[in-house]
Amino acid sequence: MNATFQIWRGDASGGDFQNFTTEVSEGMVVLDAVHKIQAEQAPDLAVRWNCKAGKCGSCSAEINGMPRLMCMTRLNAIPMDKPVTVEPMHAFPLIKDLVTDVSWNYEVKKKIKKFKPRKPDAPDGTWRMQQADVDRVQEFRKCIECYLCQDVCHVLREHRKHDEFIGPRFFVYTAALEMHPLDTEDRLADLKGRDNIGYCNITTCCRQVCPEEITITENAIIPLKERVIDEYYDPLHRLFRIFRGKKD
Amino acid sequence: MPEYQSYSYDVLVVGAGGAGLRAAIEAAGSGVSVGVVTKSLLGKAHTVMAEGGVAAAMANVDDRDSWKVHFADTMRGGQYLNNPRMAELHAKEAPDRVRELEAWGALFDRTEDGRILQRNFGGHKYPRLAHVGDRTGLEMIRTLQDHGIHQGMTVHMECTILTLLLDGGRIAGAFGYDRERGHFMLWKAKAVVLATGGIGRAFKISSNSWEYTGDGHALAYEAGAELLDMEFVQFHPTGMVWPPSVRGILVTEGVRGEGGVLKNSEGRRFMFDDIPDNYKGQTADNEAEGWRYTQGDKEARRPPELLTRDHVARCINREVKAGRGSPHGGVYLDIAWIKQHIPKSEEHIKKKLPSMYHQFKQLADIDITKVPMEVGPTTHYMMGGVRVDGDSQMSNVPGLFAAGECAAGLHGANRLGGNSLSDLLVFGKRAGQHAAEFARKNPAANVDDAQIDSAAKFALGPYNHGAAGESPYAIQYELQEKMQELVGIVRIESEMKQALEVVARLSEKSKRAGITGNRQYNNGWHTCMDLPNLMTISEAIARSAMFRQESRGAQFRDDFPEKSAEWAKYNLIVKKGPDGGMAVEKRPVIEVPAELKQVIEEQK
Repeated sequence: MNATFQIWRGDASGGDFQNFTTEVSEGMVVLDAVHKIQAEQAPDLAVRWNCKAGKCGSCSAEINGMPRLMCMTRLNAIPMDKPVTVEPMHAFPLIKDLVTDVSWNYEVKKKIKKFKPRKPDAPDGTWRMQQADVDRVQEFRKCIECYLCQDVCHVLREHRKHDEFIGPRFFVYTAALEMHPLDTEDRLADLKGRDNIGYCNITTCCRQVCPEEITITENAIIPLKERVIDEYYDPLHRLFRIFRGKKD
Repeated sequence: MPEYQSYSYDVLVVGAGGAGLRAAIEAAGSGVSVGVVTKSLLGKAHTVMAEGGVAAAMANVDDRDSWKVHFADTMRGGQYLNNPRMAELHAKEAPDRVRELEAWGALFDRTEDGRILQRNFGGHKYPRLAHVGDRTGLEMIRTLQDHGIHQGMTVHMECTILTLLLDGGRIAGAFGYDRERGHFMLWKAKAVVLATGGIGRAFKISSNSWEYTGDGHALAYEAGAELLDMEFVQFHPTGMVWPPSVRGILVTEGVRGEGGVLKNSEGRRFMFDDIPDNYKGQTADNEAEGWRYTQGDKEARRPPELLTRDHVARCINREVKAGRGSPHGGVYLDIAWIKQHIPKSEEHIKKKLPSMYHQFKQLADIDITKVPMEVGPTTHYMMGGVRVDGDSQMSNVPGLFAAGECAAGLHGANRLGGNSLSDLLVFGKRAGQHAAEFARKNPAANVDDAQIDSAAKFALGPYNHGAAGESPYAIQYELQEKMQELVGIVRIESEMKQALEVVARLSEKSKRAGITGNRQYNNGWHTCMDLPNLMTISEAIARSAMFRQESRGAQFRDDFPEKSAEWAKYNLIVKKGPDGGMAVEKRPVIEVPAELKQVIEEQK
């Protein structure tokens, strides 16, 4: 069976969709089709990928307008009677074709205060943690850093607040650190100030596109917002803060 | 002279998987300047795909475990071709390397008393694999990445090395290009650590990502380093076989560790039919005992599904060839059957094997909690690699180090599952430490402009050939087809001779590979640059496999189906001969010191 794919071709200076028709077979995913087109029709087509098993988060793109991993989108899960559009993520600068410059994410991560464990629990330098206490952090640590949540977030995508807002991926990252049973660092001031967690108005778009099905909004962002509110907006807390001489 | 950007470091680490990151963390921590070059983005290296766990004799689940048992298991699994010093250091140091990850933020699954949980795996006598469900590799790489970015290393993402630079006999740095923009790059360095991973992309059915084109192996070979054990390519017994586009994707051994069983089309658990003599004493001889083992019964012996990978892969191959395979040319791997023993088995499976559940559901429309999977062997791991000193990880080229999959020695003729992640940590650390020491003791080396010039000229060749040149993709596909067909699980001299002819022909063809477009993120060009490495390692594999006239570990020769006492005495070395061609030679195995022999005897 033949199918048509409209693939974005171009670079920072501009570009357009180009149509490619190729033969598709049972079980194929979008990345297979893109590879086939690359090998047979467009050898210099730029596409970033690694594992082709949904584990590395490299092949993020927008398929028929939806942020998805190309390697995990089966052709039988999308309508094939009309052309399938494949385009790069919109929230990041384009390098070429389907490849964007995601280096901003790496810069953001570096600024978040690193893990700081409490003193070991046992004389041999190890810790004791119950499975129940690590469960919720393990959910966040499933993240494969595909940045689809960043791509769909309107604060980044529409309002381009990259300088003021860290995006869902890094709220999940911060939540994993803040809720880590061993961590002793405090990142609430950064969340409120520098990272502007308040910009998020919990539309849950990020959670809906997460290929790892991490409950980003409900399990990570909202609890962090609550912690920030408790710390900075709770009247009793404010009073304590004045006594402690801590600044906002 | 070509234009290039220039950087200078004490230690340059090539590769940012587990071994590369661990090496970089160690070197940077000791105060030297460190650059890391990675072909993909940081955190995407093949380590993310490791599933089952990291082997370390911490004895958290079974207190009979110790480094001695782990050492003996590793040597037995490797059929005694291992470097005994590496097997010893690995077994002794792995527990500390795992605990260190916890101090850096890793969250392993827990035991009832709150310690790191360990699971059963093939060839390991006791439950030994620290794990996080079936995504242990992701946990490991993320932990190293998130710790590493605060250690002061500079990471060059999406860059490929074309050649290692030499000054006299010693290493002077590396020359390559930035994949995103196509610029040439020069990295001067006093010491270089290769941590480039494996070679799986030389084969058609593979669990490996595109990056695994044997770069470190080929770069080291070209720089005059010796390669070791190149005949030993591990075919993992359980890869997905259907649908065709996902053929080869890994199905973790953890499925069998959690009680999954292998069956043929007649419903028979065929693994009970063929248990090698040296494993008879520790393998269950009935289904009930096997099940009890997977559930933690210390009196029970392990089920035959958990025999070593080389053996299980061959048994599956045999069932399929005998016409007892599944509809798509594999056999059945059944975890759903545990519902006979476990209430709420569906939830249990989803909890223990979440990625497997997800992978089959999404890619094959199969619910593994209800029906069996179809699986078959897939190219998975390279035991062979750069020959290194067991303590320092330095190759025979001064200043050139190697760690992880691109180095050889620890695993001998066959690697045990879980021993790769621990390998990365133990020897990544050692390589980083000794590379830093080398850099401190030696002055800066000079780079040779002529070498840079010739590498740049080679790199631009495909643009000169343009659209009229050969398709790099077609050359790569043909190589993969032929290597799979002729140098795969079952080998025979006549076919390997054929393979060498194919490699020679394709090598010539790849010199005429052409590409259009510009140098910005040009995947076609990148593929052209990978081809010479793929050719080098394919030739090394075929030549070594042909040279070793016996069957041992991962190497199975149809024309020499037995293990030979004579061949037990040798490893094979591949190096560049004086005439520029590839030379293969026998080298006596490193003798096991008396005290370690004693350990092996005690554990028999």
